[in-house]
Amino acid sequence: MTGLGTTKRDRLDALAATSSEGGVSLARDAFRRLRRNPVAIIGAVIVVAFLLLALLSPLIAPRDPYIRYLIDEIRPGLIPGPRSGFPLGVDQEGRDLLSRLIVGARQSLIVGVMATLIGLVFGMIIGGAAGAIGGWVDALLMRFMDVLLSIPSLLLAISIAAVFRRPNQWTVIVAVAVVSVPIFARLLRGSMLAQRGTDHVLAARALGVKQNTIVFRHMLPNSLSPVIVQATLTLAVAIIDAAALSFLGLGDQDVNRAEWGAMLGDSQRFLDVRPELAYYPALCIIVVALGFTLLGEAMREALDPKNRR
Amino acid sequence: MLRFVVRRLLWLIPTLLALSFLLFAWLRSLPGGPSSALLGDKATPERIAALDKTLGLDQPIPLQYLRFLGRIVTGDFGASLSSSQPVVSELSAAFPATIELSVAALIFAVGLGIPLGYLAARRRGGFFDNTTIIGTLVGVSVPVFFLGFMGQKIFASGLGWLPVSGRFTAGVDHTKITGFLTVDAVLTREWDVLGDSLWHLLLPALVLGTIPLAVIVRITRAAVLDVVNEDYVRTAEAKGLHARTVRGRHIMRNALLPVSTTIGLQTGLLLAGAVLTEKVFAWGGLGSLLAEGINRRDYPRLQALILVAAAVYVLVNLLVDISYAVIDPRVRVR
Repeated sequence: MTGLGTTKRDRLDALAATSSEGGVSLARDAFRRLRRNPVAIIGAVIVVAFLLLALLSPLIAPRDPYIRYLIDEIRPGLIPGPRSGFPLGVDQEGRDLLSRLIVGARQSLIVGVMATLIGLVFGMIIGGAAGAIGGWVDALLMRFMDVLLSIPSLLLAISIAAVFRRPNQWTVIVAVAVVSVPIFARLLRGSMLAQRGTDHVLAARALGVKQNTIVFRHMLPNSLSPVIVQATLTLAVAIIDAAALSFLGLGDQDVNRAEWGAMLGDSQRFLDVRPELAYYPALCIIVVALGFTLLGEAMREALDPKNRR
Repeated sequence: MLRFVVRRLLWLIPTLLALSFLLFAWLRSLPGGPSSALLGDKATPERIAALDKTLGLDQPIPLQYLRFLGRIVTGDFGASLSSSQPVVSELSAAFPATIELSVAALIFAVGLGIPLGYLAARRRGGFFDNTTIIGTLVGVSVPVFFLGFMGQKIFASGLGWLPVSGRFTAGVDHTKITGFLTVDAVLTREWDVLGDSLWHLLLPALVLGTIPLAVIVRITRAAVLDVVNEDYVRTAEAKGLHARTVRGRHIMRNALLPVSTTIGLQTGLLLAGAVLTEKVFAWGGLGSLLAEGINRRDYPRLQALILVAAAVYVLVNLLVDISYAVIDPRVRVR
């Protein structure tokens, strides 16, 4: 091992070790602790509010986010601020800022959730195969994952996004997803390996249960909780990374699309005219990322056997 | 000890090989094939055919890969599409700027992060601890480039205390020796130049250092918490040792081991964050090269930058691993 990502790996392995040993009771126990943790509650409230906003955005948004209502009033050095009908004012194109922020929630949700899901699925296939089969398959797959981990994550995302001539929403999703694949793979493999030696798996094996059944019925379900925790944390990173890609010009090239990262990136030129154009989208990104981080951290703490009472 | 170092060095070979293979696959997947992507706007059918021949694209894949390996080992990454200069000279010109910025950011993150983490751990559950933890969680949730905007707006264009962008004030004379402005200034004793470059360095370094700072605070806090409950700390305290001795010899010496690994891992964050920070502050280092190169799809440049970034990351972590083994004899046994 070249020691690349030693701690990241150790951290993932430690998280993997929290996969439930006692079946339902630990999960129930963890949930009870979660409900009593104010950090978890704050995180959950933010996440739920964000989900509702994203799902209902077309109904909530007061105006059409794509129409340039006040384009005639925009001059160099002047972008209209709040007024009746435009509670947060308009952007540099004269579009209603509040509506764009609300619709942007859906965009961030799509990018965050799709990227995390794709990363999760591929990571689980790779990690699950490595953990279940073992031997040289395991060695080969994990070596490959280690190499992916050795490229700083944003640079990896950049190089993938840059392969596409015309970046769009999907190229961003793919780029951010690929970065999370090795993380999920490593994690699931770790917790599958931890499962291998447990009593219930050994018992199933002794009873002559088929290998596939053992993997899917006994090992996989018990390995899931750390993966769910990681997925929550990954969502936060995905939203921030997507914003960074937008800022670098690798986001969706559709100038109409309301997207927090792109709105924030575009605002740099107008910082002295109307800094609010930067504040609001940044605030949205920070709050949502923080919500997922708080929830994920609280879940990790709750699942940690060390905290079990 | 020697065996440990050699084993670690040997692991480097498969990692770098796999990395080069990945880069090769990436190059092959570029739009329109490698030659047309590497030539960009200058691509004409004749030129593509000529480059195909130079790159050996008419040959079997394994042979192509070997030739590709040969080229990157000799540092031949071709010419940048943006500047038409060899990518290698572009990179070596920009390298010191990024290193200078990253080192400054790391000094800030480590210098502030370790004391903060220690204090938070010693006041566990208290107001200071909770504030620090919330601060670190918010810190990692803020997009780096937004932090850059804000710093620029408040301290540069607002208060006018710090320069908006760049590495030095136009017109200030530099003697170039190493390319590191601060080092050169010290070597030539041009103190005004040193002041000027530090003045420019301050804001970008603080911005770039924020996320590493948050991570280091959290790891230090966790490491100190792990150690303070150890028997040897209690024994040391019971013996009536001076609080400073216990802190230095017993707590920090042990707690800093995991922290040192984390510091190595921050290189990744710094390299990635540098792309964003340098773009905001027009810094002119590797990050600026990358940010510029993206829009023009300057693939020769991107290819070299990815390789350099990954190699630096892997090497720094290797060094950290080895130094770790020097500090902690237990590691060598594993």
